Amino acid sequence: MIDATTLVSTTSTGQPVAMREAWGQGLVDLAHQYFDLLVLDGDLANSTRADIFAAAYPDRFLEMGIAEQNMIGVAAGLATVGYVPWISTFAAFLAKRALDQIRVVVAQPGLNVKLCGSYSGILTSKTGKTHQAVQDLAVFRSMPGVVTIAPADAVELRGAMAAMMEMTEPVYLRLTRDPSPTIFPPDHHFQIGRAVLLRGGRDIGLIGTGVQTVRVLEAAELLRAEGVDAAVLHLPTLKPLDLGAIVQVAAQTGAIVTAEDHSVLGGLGSAVAETLAEHRPTPMRRIGWRDTYGESGPNDALLEKYGLTPGHIAAAARELLQALR
Amino acid sequence: MTIRAEREIVSQSAEDKRSISELTALSAEARQLIVRAVHRAGAGHLGGPFSATDLLISLYFDVLRIDPNQPDWPQRDRFILSKGHSSIALYAVLAMRGFFPIEELDTFDQIDSRLQGHPDMTKLPGLDMSTGSLGQGLSPGVGMALGARLRNLGFRTWVMLGDGEIQEGQVWEAAFTAARYELDNLIAILDFNGLPQFGWPQAGGFTRERPIDDPAAKFRAFGWHVVECDGHDHPSIRAAFDQAMVHSGQPTLVLAHTVKGKGVSFMEGDFNWHAKVPTDAELQQALSELNGTASRPNPEA
Repeated sequence: MIDATTLVSTTSTGQPVAMREAWGQGLVDLAHQYFDLLVLDGDLANSTRADIFAAAYPDRFLEMGIAEQNMIGVAAGLATVGYVPWISTFAAFLAKRALDQIRVVVAQPGLNVKLCGSYSGILTSKTGKTHQAVQDLAVFRSMPGVVTIAPADAVELRGAMAAMMEMTEPVYLRLTRDPSPTIFPPDHHFQIGRAVLLRGGRDIGLIGTGVQTVRVLEAAELLRAEGVDAAVLHLPTLKPLDLGAIVQVAAQTGAIVTAEDHSVLGGLGSAVAETLAEHRPTPMRRIGWRDTYGESGPNDALLEKYGLTPGHIAAAARELLQALR
Repeated sequence: MTIRAEREIVSQSAEDKRSISELTALSAEARQLIVRAVHRAGAGHLGGPFSATDLLISLYFDVLRIDPNQPDWPQRDRFILSKGHSSIALYAVLAMRGFFPIEELDTFDQIDSRLQGHPDMTKLPGLDMSTGSLGQGLSPGVGMALGARLRNLGFRTWVMLGDGEIQEGQVWEAAFTAARYELDNLIAILDFNGLPQFGWPQAGGFTRERPIDDPAAKFRAFGWHVVECDGHDHPSIRAAFDQAMVHSGQPTLVLAHTVKGKGVSFMEGDFNWHAKVPTDAELQQALSELNGTASRPNPEA
């Protein structure tokens, strides 16, 4: 059933790159090749960095103003004429404010709209509760017909964007704002629906998604220093979900910790727990946003207060292994 | 069911305008198909479909450049029924126009039917957008009109709105954007029947009278050209559509004054017929009233 997972070496010394900038440049690069690519912006282009695209392709950049619901409908209409609209706004507004529009005119009709949610998670430049997006993965994972992608770094993002242009389905792409280390080698080949084993290990399996996977790798290093051999599995797509890879790492380790910059309700932790409950019941801990609202503050303080640091992930692993002794 | 589908492919140019009596007869025929389908399904809406019928007949038999044999023809005019709960009216007109067999109206609202309670563009040829959650249809219309301009295609995009759904804020987001991009290839039709489903609380009960409102002024304030017509009078409808099609530099709203339940005496202006299923006796009376103006006599009436 499994063995679909290949070990990918990481470049832990990779330079930090802001995913939003890689996204803006990635759009420009794709636009050379795909003449039907358009970008629709909700008056946030200089935040999402769609402004990089607007400067390169002013005729293919459509400003929709501060009206996300309408922007989704306009994108759907453009898709029926053969265009491939990429949406530029914040994840919080896509996954909530424009959600019914996405359901009715994009997801159910299966129209080729690329829903890019920037400023996802809790690190949103001191904007706080309204702008932090910690339910987007839960929302889109549960919406039929929407492929859900959360890349870990700029390299994987560029691979995901190329894959998105090759498919006609609607896609939700989860983006982050701030520079984050590059963990994939430049020649990494992204595949929709395939998990990536970043590190083999026998004692416990750590599973991450999005940029939280970088912190998961750091947690594995902390554990190694204590003699704990942790495997690290990265899930860049929550839908389709790589069931085989999840079951495999659970079978090899017997204990799983998930970590996500997202609510523990409905996101990665839920997806893994659902999978293991049905296919291979395995003791688990879930690291992520608890059932509460956020606040504005510096990144380090937010990660610390809300329990998302590598230290928190390592501590959960330690506690789980202790409980299993 | 003996009513024959219209099989005409060629769209009508101005020279080929349908005669008024012909359009009036087609409207009556459509209303017969609608009331039969709702009666048979035991579900659906009548008030809204009847207020929209004459407008849809005018569009599909006299105005839109479409080809029922090529529903995906890239140059076709687009039509979006934003008030998706009036789907049965659109289905009846599409069937009469030859997009699918008239007999298929029997499947309306049944399991596995292509004729869903609210329009599903993935199921039925001839539907340019899925709708049903109110207030959402104008935005895809803006997208289609923008797309036509970007692709240098000459088609027009028509969107039918209900007067109730323009309470939704998204309609005004779309109205703003359409005017911002000067989309004169976009035409919205407001089916202004004035009767919401439930209405507004007032002392001693409820009223369905509209709150302080002036849709024409609102659309003008949003940068639209507005023309008004009697939505049940074919010459008036056609004159408004003609004006809308030649107006340049702005999107146009055709504000069509209509009557909910139009065509059947006991349904006209009665909010109870928003989504009520007629009894057998009511069906017969409705068919009988509509028969007087139908193009072909109804053998079962």
